[in-house]
Amino acid sequence: MTMLIIVLLPFLAIFPVWMVGRRNRFISMLVAAATSASALVALATLAPAVMSGEVLTSSWPWIERLGLELAFRVDGLALLFGILILGIGTLVIVYAYFYLHDDDPIGSFYAMLMTFMGAMMGVVMSENVLLLVMFWELTSISSFLLIGYWKHLPAARQGARMALGITGGGGLALLAGMLLIGHIVGSYDLTTILASNELILGHDLYFVALVLVLLGAFTKSAQFPFHFWLPNAMSAPTPVSSYLHSATMVKAGVFLLARMHPALSGSSSWFVLVTGAGTITLCFAAYVALFKHDLKGLLAYSTISHLGLITACFGFSTKLATTAGVFHIMNHAIFKASLFMSAGIIDHETGTRDARVLSGLRHSMPITFGLATLATLAMAGFPLFSGFLSKEMFFEVAFLSMDNPLAGEIRGYEWLFPVLATFGGLCSMAYSFRLIGDVFFGEENPDLPKHPHDPPAGLWAPVAILVFFCVAIGVAPFLFQGFVFVVAQAVIGGPAPDYKIAIWHGLTPALGMTGVAVVGGALLYRNWRSIHSFHTRFAPISGKVIFEAFVEAAVASARRLTAWFDNGSMQRYIATTIGFATFVGFLGWYQLGWTPGTLDLTLAPPVALIPWGVLIAATALTIRFHRKRLAAVVMMSVVGLIVSLIFIFFSGPDLGLTQLSVEVVTILLILLSLYVLPQWTPRESTPRRRGRDAILSCAAGLGVGALAYGVMTRPQQTISDFYLEKSVPEGGGSNVVNVILVDFRGFDTMGEIAVLMVAAIGIVVMLQGRRPVRPNDVRPLIEERFPVMLTTTTRPMMALILVIAFYIFMRGHNLPGGGFIAGLVASVALIIQFLASGKTWTNKRLTVDFARMGALGVIIAVCTGLAAFLFEKPFLKGGLAHVHVPGIGEIHLASAMSFDLGVFMVVVGALLIIIKRLSEYHGGDDDEVESMKDRR
Amino acid sequence: MNHFMVFTVVIPMLTAMVCLLFGRDNLAIKRGVGLAGVLATLGAALYMFGVAFDGAMVVYSMGGWQAPFGIVFVLDRLSGSMVLLTNVLALFAYLYAINGSDKGPYFHFLFLMQITGVNGAFLTGDMFNLFVFFEIMLLTAYVLAIYGSGAERVKYGTRYVFLNMIGSAIFLIAVGVLYGVTGTLNMADMAVKAAAVGSQDAMLLRSGSYLLVTVFAIKAALFPLYFWLPGTYSVAAAPVAAIFAIMTKVGVYAILRSTTLIWGADAGFVTGLVVPYLLPLALVTLALGVVGALAATRLRALIAYLIIASVGTILTGIGLYTADGISGALFYMAHSTLISAGMFLIADLVREQRGAAFGDRLDHGPAVRQPVLIGMLFFIGAIVMAGLPPVTGFIGKVLILEAAIDSSWTMWLWSVFLAASFFTLMAVSRAGTVLFWKSQGEPSEDAPDVGLRLIPIAGVFSCVLAMTIFAGPIVAFTDATAAQLLDKTQYITAVLGGAR
Repeated sequence: MTMLIIVLLPFLAIFPVWMVGRRNRFISMLVAAATSASALVALATLAPAVMSGEVLTSSWPWIERLGLELAFRVDGLALLFGILILGIGTLVIVYAYFYLHDDDPIGSFYAMLMTFMGAMMGVVMSENVLLLVMFWELTSISSFLLIGYWKHLPAARQGARMALGITGGGGLALLAGMLLIGHIVGSYDLTTILASNELILGHDLYFVALVLVLLGAFTKSAQFPFHFWLPNAMSAPTPVSSYLHSATMVKAGVFLLARMHPALSGSSSWFVLVTGAGTITLCFAAYVALFKHDLKGLLAYSTISHLGLITACFGFSTKLATTAGVFHIMNHAIFKASLFMSAGIIDHETGTRDARVLSGLRHSMPITFGLATLATLAMAGFPLFSGFLSKEMFFEVAFLSMDNPLAGEIRGYEWLFPVLATFGGLCSMAYSFRLIGDVFFGEENPDLPKHPHDPPAGLWAPVAILVFFCVAIGVAPFLFQGFVFVVAQAVIGGPAPDYKIAIWHGLTPALGMTGVAVVGGALLYRNWRSIHSFHTRFAPISGKVIFEAFVEAAVASARRLTAWFDNGSMQRYIATTIGFATFVGFLGWYQLGWTPGTLDLTLAPPVALIPWGVLIAATALTIRFHRKRLAAVVMMSVVGLIVSLIFIFFSGPDLGLTQLSVEVVTILLILLSLYVLPQWTPRESTPRRRGRDAILSCAAGLGVGALAYGVMTRPQQTISDFYLEKSVPEGGGSNVVNVILVDFRGFDTMGEIAVLMVAAIGIVVMLQGRRPVRPNDVRPLIEERFPVMLTTTTRPMMALILVIAFYIFMRGHNLPGGGFIAGLVASVALIIQFLASGKTWTNKRLTVDFARMGALGVIIAVCTGLAAFLFEKPFLKGGLAHVHVPGIGEIHLASAMSFDLGVFMVVVGALLIIIKRLSEYHGGDDDEVESMKDRR
Repeated sequence: MNHFMVFTVVIPMLTAMVCLLFGRDNLAIKRGVGLAGVLATLGAALYMFGVAFDGAMVVYSMGGWQAPFGIVFVLDRLSGSMVLLTNVLALFAYLYAINGSDKGPYFHFLFLMQITGVNGAFLTGDMFNLFVFFEIMLLTAYVLAIYGSGAERVKYGTRYVFLNMIGSAIFLIAVGVLYGVTGTLNMADMAVKAAAVGSQDAMLLRSGSYLLVTVFAIKAALFPLYFWLPGTYSVAAAPVAAIFAIMTKVGVYAILRSTTLIWGADAGFVTGLVVPYLLPLALVTLALGVVGALAATRLRALIAYLIIASVGTILTGIGLYTADGISGALFYMAHSTLISAGMFLIADLVREQRGAAFGDRLDHGPAVRQPVLIGMLFFIGAIVMAGLPPVTGFIGKVLILEAAIDSSWTMWLWSVFLAASFFTLMAVSRAGTVLFWKSQGEPSEDAPDVGLRLIPIAGVFSCVLAMTIFAGPIVAFTDATAAQLLDKTQYITAVLGGAR
């Protein structure tokens, strides 16, 4: 439970510190500091067990199938990191309170810091590697927010995004790596994984998994060539730099190396990759740090360099080397955090961090001077300071690695390790000299932005505490030896080396290397100017520029690809869709071959050939005249009529009737719309595109034709026999089509009438608040010119047609007819009035709200279906009651009829909504018509 | 009688019609009626989910006509959870809408009809009935897409309706062919008959089947058939875009259902019909979706492309055709539906508060008026949507990655997934920094507050949080769902009865 509390505490504090921070900055700070301090205390309660060599674990189930548990572990390594994270965290919280300006929102700052702290504790305490990855990405996210804290600075925004991109991307690689390792080992539990070194090393996927994990570690710990995000993260407020970007978060990478060391090390791939990256980073970054003028920039590169040193230690992989690695993690976190804080103090009190401007501060800022100097000596690795001890150990292992059995491909070049190590140490010595020499010595610069003086105790006290440890470790290493060895055991996965951390080991090669580094460093600093001018002759290679260019290029090519592919051309989309469908349609035949049907073909009677020819001709003419709208519509109506005839020819009177009425209504609607459209459209496509479309449509048409042919030349064994059989006895009607519509598949009909309502409302919505933009060649709608013949005949005819509609409706269940057709017929009766007498006349007399009528229709149909519940029957179960009405014949009352009534109402309602709206759309207040006439 | 299944269709349809009865005005009444409808439907959906949870399969025959002759609704784990997801989403979208985005006389009617269509499509066990519900969805979606007018909406709405009409036409052709070959429209019966089709008719069966999957792929927005989506979604009104988040999932559902039931294992000449094709196409969809997101110049276009990417992710999981793959895909589907909807709502707040000149354009414009609140909503939403830990997107992605570890596509799948995650992260962080960090100019003073519209967004986040915390049981449920899907005999027996 303690472990869960340690991880959760910072997360729980997020909202309190944030909310309080808006009112009272001090209390917010107290809450934050108290949180991390109590987590530290909780951790301390576990320390005795860990120091006695135990590995504490506890877990709660989360996603069993994935093998993802909320499992935590405290061993030496976790303890070391926990102390650093929570301890330095507490100091940074106090420091930040004094550092941030009053107008910087401190609540959100602490909230982010708490997020980070919790995430980081999660990383170091995870027992489950998937859980580790989750916390890992969370540290990237919180670092993103903290770098971007001063969001008004462009550098902060860029730096934040870059850090997120690099470390987040590395996190993805890490995820893949961990999944592979889990796959190899069969578990995501660290305990199991750490015990499976041989299994992992022997697996085919080992190298891939290793590279992926290392990508995660190297990006996070800013190893070359992924280092560049770290200097750019320096736009963050200094407390953040000191906490995340030197002491803890960037250490997550080396933590991972240490954590996975027992599982993944022991191969020459590990040795070459890790040591290689580490040594290159160590030297390269130390060299670059020499020439940085910004104090934080210098410290950032120095951090990278030291991370390289630690990485190299884990790469060497011997017991002593890993011990050196963990020892240096601890030392570096302490001295670098204090140095960043000192740089922050200087910035805060002088207004600049530029080493070329700063000078002679030892007089005006004596406390800062003293603390910074001590911390710098630790960084440089002077005797009696903590850095000396671990650096000495590093030199020693670098020297010993000259006969490492795992050298593999780089055998023969092992002598480079001690040389490069010494070079790194030398540069490190030089930039340390420069840091102190340039900033604190020399003449005092009178032109600083602010008048420098020592800061309040709140700023320097945290530094002092850290510096105390630098010195304490350096002077009395034996006090810490036990702790370091417990940590080392976790990394080695076995007993610690037989070694004594001491200031004096005699005249060892390492001492010689230190000597070279000190003397060389001093010389380098003396000749800094000439070397600097030599250095500046080369154009700098900026990782930042490359990364930004990469992102910009990615965005640009994404835009090009999207613009090319998804270019907004409807024709292309349609061509793609139809092309794809045609392709997959033919794919079936291609794969299985065309098999002809077994039925004999019916001989076409000559009378059928004529409409057949007309159909083809009309289709061709529709295409020919498609730019002349009226002609095209006429041709299309011919197609529709022939289809109706075909239905009738094949004994489908119901279908024929329906098709015919649908055809009439559709054509009427289209004609009404044509009023507001140009009579012809210009040729819009190139011949090439027309060619493409012709080929596509021919292929699609032939394909569909072939499918139909294939289906029709085969014997049918369908469920329709059932309908024919049951229609009269159970459906209660001899017109099977109608029984299917209102009973067997009444549910479909219910859906379709709802669609009809939506369509009608859709047209209303579409035309809402619109007036036609009249193209020049549109004739105005002139109300008065209605042919007298038409007007006088249609009015009485309306009554007649309505009676017919009623008749069709009533007989529908047994003979061709029914609500749908009746609705269409009735609508035609009304629509004709619009054509014959004009909308003003008609609308004045037709005051029904057709939307309500249609809605009511649907409600009637649905409620008919629901009524079945009263009889404990399923939805839409029909009830029968036959009534004989003289003159009409037997009719079915009860449910099917009321359902059909609903259908009827919807059809009439929907069509009339559309007609009314279209007629209104034509506009036509008289002034407008007049002006149109004038224009002509 | 288990009438509750009908209620998820009948309640929204009736309430929609009742809204229509109230004419062009009476906004308050329509809001109330609509809310009652949405809540009642959600209640029915919850009840159904409870029934399906333990693996029961319930078949409801419309009009009492037994399958394969009548239309049936089939409730199993998959349809039950999809309907629940739909109606949870509908509640959030509706709550957002009635806080000011539902002006105009017909919004409530259309919104409820949209739910009707989606619920029906998930429940029906009949191919032609599926077509009917697709039509309800299609037409309603079209009208909703152009709702509130504006040249952009009409332009993209036209694109939407044309491409989907083509899809409808292909649907009819395909169903015609399948009916010709199998003689049935009932899905379970079709599965039985299709498996028994002899070599004589096999090629017709296969062509028809390919065509039908193509229609589902259009609905799902699979490459190369997704063109209708980005424009339509990115200009639609916020609650509309939010409810649209479920629409692609209907296509995904149809693919999943049909390719496990009819074109799954032991299906004669259509065994494993899409197995060789679905996964690679899904990966391309994922890649191009992320490319589009990276290229987007408006926030809502970015979200729309991320929806395409999420479809790619889901169909990749399904395309593995293993229990683990499908399970991961289902988990991811619930996640992505909820969060895409939530992001559209958040994007609407951004658009509104930045003023008309900038809207949701990813340019240096004025800040939003409530930067802390909206910024935080966006930040959380972006983390969820980009699939960052510790929330649902990450879990879903890991489930699929892990499921793919033994497949022959592992290398490709992992590479595309990880690259896609990386570029999604870039795209989202760019958008976030431009919108919330890089502001210049004054925010528009007259933009309304977030106010009560915070509730639906918080609702989405709570669902994501709950899905994270209870990920263990939920994954156990999606595992069971996948197992149920891969055992088609259970479905067939439930629908056709033991005898058949």
